Amino acid sequence: MICSAFHALPKYSSNNPARARIRVVRHPLEDIYVPVYAGEAAGAECAGRDKYVIDGKQYDECAFCRAPCPSRDDFKEPDSGLPLKCDMCEGEDEPLCVKWCITDALVLEEREEEIEEEDTQEELAIGLESLADKHGLQKIIDAVARMSKAKKG
Amino acid sequence: MRYAETGYNLEIDLTRGNIERVATDPKETELYLGGLGTNAKIIWDRVPPEVDPFSPDNLLIFAAGLLCGTPATGCNRTIVSTISPQTRLMAFSMMGGFWAPELKYAGYDKVILRGKSPDLVYLWIKDDKVEIRDAAHLKGKGAIETATLICQELKEPKAQVAAIGLAGENRVYYASIEQGRSSASRGGIGAVMGDKGVKALAVRGSRDLNIARPAEFMALCNEVLDYIKFRNDNPIPGVMPILAGLGSPQEMKVHDEKWHTENFMWGNSRVRRKDFWNDEIATAWMETLDSMRTRLISCYNCPMTCGATISPPGKPTYMMKCFSKLTYTMAAFSDLEFGLGIAQSATEYGVDGFSTPQVMAFALELYENGILTDDDFPGMPADNEGRFYWLLDRIVRREGIGDVLANGTYWAAKEIGKGAEAYAHNTIKKHEQLPLKLSMLNPIYFLMYATGEKMNITQIEGQFPQAPFPEMEQREAFVKDWIQVPDEKFKQYFLDWELRGEKSIPYYPTPEMCCDIVDWQERMHYIDDALGMCSGLSSFPLKPPYHIHNYPKFIAAGAGIDMDEDKLTQAAKRYRTLVRANNIRRGMRRKDDKPPKNHWKKRFPELEKELLDTYYQFKGWNDQGIPTKESLDELGLDYVSKDFEKRGIYSDDGDTPSKETSAEKENGV
Repeated sequence: MICSAFHALPKYSSNNPARARIRVVRHPLEDIYVPVYAGEAAGAECAGRDKYVIDGKQYDECAFCRAPCPSRDDFKEPDSGLPLKCDMCEGEDEPLCVKWCITDALVLEEREEEIEEEDTQEELAIGLESLADKHGLQKIIDAVARMSKAKKG
Repeated sequence: MRYAETGYNLEIDLTRGNIERVATDPKETELYLGGLGTNAKIIWDRVPPEVDPFSPDNLLIFAAGLLCGTPATGCNRTIVSTISPQTRLMAFSMMGGFWAPELKYAGYDKVILRGKSPDLVYLWIKDDKVEIRDAAHLKGKGAIETATLICQELKEPKAQVAAIGLAGENRVYYASIEQGRSSASRGGIGAVMGDKGVKALAVRGSRDLNIARPAEFMALCNEVLDYIKFRNDNPIPGVMPILAGLGSPQEMKVHDEKWHTENFMWGNSRVRRKDFWNDEIATAWMETLDSMRTRLISCYNCPMTCGATISPPGKPTYMMKCFSKLTYTMAAFSDLEFGLGIAQSATEYGVDGFSTPQVMAFALELYENGILTDDDFPGMPADNEGRFYWLLDRIVRREGIGDVLANGTYWAAKEIGKGAEAYAHNTIKKHEQLPLKLSMLNPIYFLMYATGEKMNITQIEGQFPQAPFPEMEQREAFVKDWIQVPDEKFKQYFLDWELRGEKSIPYYPTPEMCCDIVDWQERMHYIDDALGMCSGLSSFPLKPPYHIHNYPKFIAAGAGIDMDEDKLTQAAKRYRTLVRANNIRRGMRRKDDKPPKNHWKKRFPELEKELLDTYYQFKGWNDQGIPTKESLDELGLDYVSKDFEKRGIYSDDGDTPSKETSAEKENGV
């Protein structure tokens, strides 16, 4: 809820948990509590969803998903239906949901991720090669030059 | 634009099935704040004393407090007001949980029910869409079960549902309204809901609630959070563990129940077991609690984890709070395993955890003393635990003797006769009290018990320590950072208070000091009840984060109402007086302002008279406890004094024979 207040304009001028970028899947009688914060919007519903059973508790197929998506109302502006995304309360020392959760159910941990650059390079090379096969290498070079010029300009 | 409140009430006429969204007058908010305050005004305006509790003209009001739905930590209470079938007075029971903020986000401050539905229904409120839906398929279902079924059929897992169980449907005089981990239990408001044919109110909201001065309001909220952290790290030394910290008494956390089990009464509030607690029991009860307690839980926007999910073997999981942990156990002279188990049934049936065990213990006492006989208990098992389950089933179904017991100890004793009245010994204004019997009269508690119209001591006491500290150094340390006092004089009252000698109870604090202390404690509860704040972060614990000095700022920054300490004190006094006015109009007088006769062993009739006289005068009430014309007019309640005059209430000397609607308590035991 503090989340929706932070994102209100002017700041803190209104509250509405339906606008929050974090939600808790909460079924106290089944002892289910899953906090999830909003990630990238998905344009379409995903395939291959499944129910999960952890420690004997059954979780809904979308319980752990962070994406605003056409299959559900979570992480969408209630009026416009536009997707919401958590920005970790940009400008604050820590996300306010973490700050307000003094029972420490929510904590902020930065996770270091190794970005596998080589793989990306390899993928890029494969992609370019197939484009060159189709259009010829010179056309690709010209297109890249134009793109980089347009960006600078 | 309205701030903190939505400015709209839902008016629902159940007889005709009419639903209206009605704009409220912002002036009323200024005068009566919201929650309990505006509820008391509506009851005054629309429920005259001729209206019986089960009349279609009685209202059942569900109000979200003024600051519910704002980021103010712990502000989540629903205040339910109506005329109680048990006391025949204004009942204002409350519940935490998640319902009140949800109602605000749906766009309403209150739901006001009137009339009676011909068939069992439930209400579904989703933002602008409000429906009265058939509930025939929910008849007889448990309160928690009902909530789950409604969420499923609406496909709205996030809807918040307040529901009654079988007890409410059958108009048991102490039926509760259950909601998630909380319940509005006292005064039989669940019976009024059942009488109106309403099984549940389901709410889901997705609208904004506005704050008048956002930056200022957030700064206040942050201060409160910091103070909660400070208090969690610094419990108050020298008081019992459950009174040292914040929150509702942390009954779900503590294992050590020596204090409750040896100082509170067992059975029908009679037997003290001074050497009850021992290592063996401590181990057994710890195992019970640890094996059944799944998790500590909180209400909406609160970090205090005062409740718990409990899973008794072979029974569904339910949510428990506070002292119902021990009420069934102690009434039945049983153990914790029994208590936690039967509380599951009681929660689904929807009954009050204080009255219910006491009524059952009362019935068994009548049986043991030959006033009720085997004929009254056909098929009752022989074992104690089995008897309690049997009685609970009879009561919520109103079967046989259960039909009589379903009206509570006062009314049941009257109906049974044959001297049964002497066994209904623990009520105030016909309402069952905590099972406490003490030795020396405490003048502060005398006044609170006598005059508190919440009739429930934990909802009246709180800000002043329950007993003096033995050493002066301890007292000095206590008052050093006692920022919550409205006036420095309270510190002196406490510093001078001794365990023995001249400055000890019953003659110290003096009647004048007692007036100040009782008035302060009561005022804080009444402010909470208008704002929707949980008393666990405010009026109940010592040194709470919310107090008379920061509350005006919260109201000003949150609701945009010009407010200071004097104005807030005056507003609280106004609707507190209005609550009393509602009850005075229903026949309540000085004779009703009294604790149970056996509450203390050592009583002091002259001192008690002086205390009551002094307090009445302090409050601006006459010697019958009726607010005087002058004091009413000063509060802007001249419409009340005019009504009193018209009804001849001022000429009432208190000896008028009781009417059907009177609150008079005749048995005097």
